[in-house]
Amino acid sequence: MRRYVVRRLLLLVPVLLGVSIIIFMVLHLSPGDPAEIMLGSQATQADLERLRAELGLTEPLYVQYVHWLGLVARGDLGRSIWMKRPVLAEVLARFKATLILTGAGLVLSTAAGLALGIASAIRPNSPLDRLSAVASLFGASMPVFWLGIVLMVIFALWLGWLPASGMYAPYGGGDLRDLLAHLALPAVTLAAASVTIIARLTRSTMLETLGQDYIRTARAKGVVERAVVLRHGLKNALIPIVTVVGVQAGYLLGGAVLTETVFAWPGVGTLMVQGILARDFPLVQGCVLVVALSFVVINLAVDLLYAWLDPRIRYE
Amino acid sequence: MSVGVAGVGDQIARAAETSRLRRSIGRAARRDRLAVAAALALLAIVLAGVLAPWLPLLDPDTVDTPNRLKPPLSPGHRLGTDEFGRDLLARLIWGARVSLLAGVATAAGAMVLGVALGVLGGFYTGWVETVVMRLTDILMAFPYILLAIAIVAGLGPGLRNAMVAIAIVGFPIYTRLVRGVVLSLREREFVEAARALGATDPLILGRHILPHLLSPVIVAFSLDVGAKILATAGLSFLGLGTQPPTADWGSMLATGRQFVVLSPHVVLLPGLAIFAVVLALNLVGDALRDLLDPRTHPR
Repeated sequence: MRRYVVRRLLLLVPVLLGVSIIIFMVLHLSPGDPAEIMLGSQATQADLERLRAELGLTEPLYVQYVHWLGLVARGDLGRSIWMKRPVLAEVLARFKATLILTGAGLVLSTAAGLALGIASAIRPNSPLDRLSAVASLFGASMPVFWLGIVLMVIFALWLGWLPASGMYAPYGGGDLRDLLAHLALPAVTLAAASVTIIARLTRSTMLETLGQDYIRTARAKGVVERAVVLRHGLKNALIPIVTVVGVQAGYLLGGAVLTETVFAWPGVGTLMVQGILARDFPLVQGCVLVVALSFVVINLAVDLLYAWLDPRIRYE
Repeated sequence: MSVGVAGVGDQIARAAETSRLRRSIGRAARRDRLAVAAALALLAIVLAGVLAPWLPLLDPDTVDTPNRLKPPLSPGHRLGTDEFGRDLLARLIWGARVSLLAGVATAAGAMVLGVALGVLGGFYTGWVETVVMRLTDILMAFPYILLAIAIVAGLGPGLRNAMVAIAIVGFPIYTRLVRGVVLSLREREFVEAARALGATDPLILGRHILPHLLSPVIVAFSLDVGAKILATAGLSFLGLGTQPPTADWGSMLATGRQFVVLSPHVVLLPGLAIFAVVLALNLVGDALRDLLDPRTHPR
């Protein structure tokens, strides 16, 4: 296992370097002077000079990159031009909200996906199974931001059961109950597409596992059906499910950008979109960097978990 | 003009192949009525989009504030009007042009780039393979939509830039798919035979490898167009794609949001349009996969 971990960690080096180059290049993708783009046409020559000096824009590109990478490695992501504050603190403060939303979405989609998938596998072609097949097709075709708006209109504006936007009530809120009430709609929106994917995969893997000889043996020796399905079936079907849950975690992190915008959730996604519209490159780079790094970490964790669950992978 | 024996044999084989394909399409059509209905619906939407300038529609950009936010079935506006009094039916149909074109063009861009790199990465070992595979690894180290947003951030908001970003983000899927197929083809006897006969690399790739890639790539493409429509609509929704006053389904949704309480139709209709088109594309894509890939059995 240790050799596998070391190899997997070494593979991270080129990926991280590539990720950093792409994020660095965001500033230089568009033709023209980044300083002029950021400050707009009204900027004075002195302002432009100051920003160029601050970002080191007069140096050759590779020198700028090495300099930037050095700063990033020390946790200095620069200052936001729009907010006039250090980027890292701002992004990390918002990242907490994104993590809460993504985590809730993941827990919800995994729990619902597993339950639905197992129920479909136990009774294939039952009404529930057919419903889940239709739902998965719908889930793959529905724009997540539209689903969010529809849920918001129904449950927040018409029925008035849940708050429409934000993370806490502006007055008198702030406790866990308040957070959960605000979290419900965005988390359901975010989880919707993933539920169906996890459910379909759980169903097909469980069907395959439940057809194995050892399941028949377990049934023949009189093991209770519940234990057959959960202990003998689900446990052996877990490996592909863990992978797809890991993939979904990354997908949810990306999808959170859209969901956050719909529900004005104060996460990294909304911050990034505001940053783009304000042409605040250091802020955008900081947001992308933090989310991309967490995505890399999630993928690493899934790979390690995978190897731990299935010893064959370690020796490949 | 005389036709050689080999030529006749070739023609017979081709005719047999065509009739076999026609029969299997016929069988699939009978089995999968839903997919046929979806294909017809898609065709109707595409035709409406293409023929929009000649259809008896109101101008999609004409502002008529006294008639703003009219509900569907209002006189003169079958699907109602938006917040500026613009006719929603006209905007939906003109928006179909933008949304469909964006979906097809970005998927095509991603496909061309991805297939080219996948063929290179699968056919040539050594540094070419390393560079191609590391590049796809790096791009896949980002959540899909996040990388597209980052690229738009650099290029500047706008439909063209959003499409470029989505095409760049989308190509690694094709690269991985194609490289896998090419890797297995490279070692097959017919490729070795061609090489032994002195065929050059471009000839082997063009005549012996590319035809095998056709059906997996067609299936991937047909399923990808829907995903790309969703992605461009998503970027337009964030204000990073189509810019006003151009109508596209994603931006219609974004601007209609503020009026959703009193006039839900301004949000429901463009959302339903995206949903219906992507659903139809997914149904057709699934049916194509069953048809072109005999290994995946229909349910």
